[in-house]
Amino acid sequence: MDRAMNLVLKVWRQKSRGAPGGFVRYEAKDVNEHMSFLEMLDVVNEALSAKGEEPIAFDHDCREGICGSCGVVIDGVPHGPVRGTTACQLHMRSFKDGDEVTIEPWRAGAFPVIRDLVVDRAAFDRIIQAGGYVSLRTGSAPESNSLPIAKVASDSAFDAATCIGCGACVAACPNASAALFTAAKISHLALLPQGEPERADRARKMVAQMDAEGFGHCTSHKECEAACPKGISIGFIAKMNRELLSALVTAPNEVARRAKGNA
Amino acid sequence: MDLHSRAPSGPIEQRWSQHRFESKLVNPANRRKYEVLVVGSGLAGGAAAATLGEMGYSVSCFCYQDSPRRAHSIAAQGGINAAKNYQNDGDSIYRLFYDTVKGGDFRARESNVYRLAELSVNIIDQCVAQGVPFAREYSGLLANRSFGGAQVARTFYARGQTGQQLLLGAYQALERQIDAGTVKMYPRTEMLDLIVIDGRARGIVARDLISGKVRAHLADVVVLCTGGYGNVFYLSTNAKGCNASASWRSHRRGALFANPCFTQIHPTCIPQSGDYQSKLTLMSESLRNDGRVWVPKDAADFSKAPGAIAEAARDYYLERLYPSFGNLVPRDIASRRAKEMCDEGRGVGPEVAGVRRGVYLDFSDAVKRLGRKVVQERYDNLFQMYERITGENPYEVPMRMYPAIHYTMGGLWVDYDLQSTVPGLFVGGEANFSDHGANRLGASALMQGLADGYFILPVTVSNFLASRKSDRVDESHAAVKGAVAEVSGRIDKLLSIKGKRTPDSFHRELGALIWDHCGMGRTEAGLRQALGRIPQLREEFWTNLRVPGSGEELNQSLEKAGRVADFFELAELMCLDALHRNESAGGHFREEFQTDEGEAKRNDDEFSYVAAWEYTGQLHSPKLSKEALSFEYVHPSQRSYK
Repeated sequence: MDRAMNLVLKVWRQKSRGAPGGFVRYEAKDVNEHMSFLEMLDVVNEALSAKGEEPIAFDHDCREGICGSCGVVIDGVPHGPVRGTTACQLHMRSFKDGDEVTIEPWRAGAFPVIRDLVVDRAAFDRIIQAGGYVSLRTGSAPESNSLPIAKVASDSAFDAATCIGCGACVAACPNASAALFTAAKISHLALLPQGEPERADRARKMVAQMDAEGFGHCTSHKECEAACPKGISIGFIAKMNRELLSALVTAPNEVARRAKGNA
Repeated sequence: MDLHSRAPSGPIEQRWSQHRFESKLVNPANRRKYEVLVVGSGLAGGAAAATLGEMGYSVSCFCYQDSPRRAHSIAAQGGINAAKNYQNDGDSIYRLFYDTVKGGDFRARESNVYRLAELSVNIIDQCVAQGVPFAREYSGLLANRSFGGAQVARTFYARGQTGQQLLLGAYQALERQIDAGTVKMYPRTEMLDLIVIDGRARGIVARDLISGKVRAHLADVVVLCTGGYGNVFYLSTNAKGCNASASWRSHRRGALFANPCFTQIHPTCIPQSGDYQSKLTLMSESLRNDGRVWVPKDAADFSKAPGAIAEAARDYYLERLYPSFGNLVPRDIASRRAKEMCDEGRGVGPEVAGVRRGVYLDFSDAVKRLGRKVVQERYDNLFQMYERITGENPYEVPMRMYPAIHYTMGGLWVDYDLQSTVPGLFVGGEANFSDHGANRLGASALMQGLADGYFILPVTVSNFLASRKSDRVDESHAAVKGAVAEVSGRIDKLLSIKGKRTPDSFHRELGALIWDHCGMGRTEAGLRQALGRIPQLREEFWTNLRVPGSGEELNQSLEKAGRVADFFELAELMCLDALHRNESAGGHFREEFQTDEGEAKRNDDEFSYVAAWEYTGQLHSPKLSKEALSFEYVHPSQRSYK
């Protein structure tokens, strides 16, 4: 027999960006243990709508842990109590009857609240715009097997590239740092030969953009790694720092070389 | 309407290169004068917007998500096909073409399918050069696996997250163009209508989902890459936001809708656990490479733990029925057999609406044969996902699987240039009907999205623009103002009904109705029943809907309501199409038309055509046009996977 439970939710409600917000209590009754956390919110929202009250706004889309849309802080933990699990994949069997559950949006200056639990994460897109790509013209690629890549390098690149851009790392960090997100992309491309030509430039530009967005600095609390639903290692932050350092060291030479070439 | 596919003639292997040569070019200095709208930012839309931007056009790209990186292409797990023949197992462009035409049950256009197979090799090169971390051998060369019924290993993959890695490649290319100023991105913006002036697509009406502001965006050409309509069924493997509004609104403005009844069921999804279920989760069918599908021979065994059911009491029905393909039979066959087992009462797992909907997918033999380490390497992320959702560990207990709606082969009708029947409206990816016929092969959706986006649309959209001067449409044009007013009026209407039921409650009811009557098995009587019920339910929707809040803010109920309103209209067309097609083909299984062995029985004499439907103003009487299909290379035969 499926277990059913009654919960009390304390949910952050905020009408719009800049508007005052606050916690509102809701009862979630007859919650089935096999429901996902977001399905539980759906049920609460259906009841609110039926009463003509505005439902709780939250971001979500694929509901299978890969699109990175969803993300709320559940009892102080981004994506909730189960490691390596997004809020959409968290199931109610992790809760028990009578629990009081606090649900908040990501809290970070660089992620302003749009409404209720929905935040604006456009800063992440702008970090990618700064250099998180290989400058490749469509159709200009060489034959894909012409450049073998050691499996170990390719696998490490994947470990970084698996980032879903949800922002839990920022929400978990006491400094609201985006170091794990930024490091994951810098590392993914630095580990592959395709990323080599733009490697130094990329590290400089992406880190500069991260700082410009108002994210805090990394002071090695490791909260990001613990909150990351894809288990991305903070080892990549160390790698980012190495990439940045060597990029800064080589930068003046690059500038000098370019100036000389133009003379 | 006369449908001209504009498919080239001549030897099939030369058609695309000849067509490219004949396509007109736009002088690089003039490209920035042309405004291109790309709606959708998945594999097709993201790749098209990035490439058109890089060519120098002034591109605007729209998505309803908060970032283009979240489009539902991201959820594709298994892989992408390409005819590289890296495994030296006899693959070739021609074989991929042949397999795709045959797999589509001879309801696709040969020229398009050949082009798709031809471009598959360029896609892999492109993605590897972008830094997509595909799986590799210890040699450092790319790895492949066999997938979904293919007898060659031509599928490239990145663990179980191939769609994610390919989408991030396209997303990064798109962000590069946004930074370069060639693409302007409109996230959290939803297209709600198409603007047609003098018979040509000239823009869209879109709503900013945060401010609620509705406005026109005008351009020289519009490209829709807005995905499929699987969410008509409410429960599907699609993302919650996936919708058909862009396609459906374009249909109402004159674009013909082709083969809407061709929908695909995926055989390996996690079964529904209760009536609160919001979506279904697919488990990559690569699992069928090593997992064995079975149900108890005796229905009375349903309550036993699977480990307690003796080997002799298990029915490995796919291996029994299809000795040569076994567990790797195509998706439609695997799905129907699973449904039959459950309908016979031999299903396993929880009972939902009176039936135990589940079959076992068992890895115990694979673990014995290959060792746990190898199984882990291949499937661990899928196993973890399964355990997160069900609370059961697949290393110890067999997985439970049931089919679910996964992909829609039908879509807006397009010619060889991917142009719809509205000049200036191009359609790519799952949103068009092209390439997959009545059934899509595994690992072919990613291939089609990227072929359309990177390689086909940039050529054909350029050709369209080359023969037209770039000129601005005035925002004050009557057609523009009219379309904006219609959209605003519709939003006001949805908000003003103030009835008792939520958009989701209607959507669930519609979904259940369509699943029962226009899902895995269809009958004339069932379809007629659905066609009687849909208009009633739609009528109730428009009189008893309740949408709280206003239109001038982020209002997720309002977004849902608009999408459900369009699903109601499309659902009727799906049933009409399914009713008219008196044959079974691929994903369209009409129970009246089957072979003695229970396989889909085509009727090539009468139905070897694409059914393209025109909106007449009356939802119950759309006008049918037919594009006859001819097969010069792959001759229609009865599929056999025995």
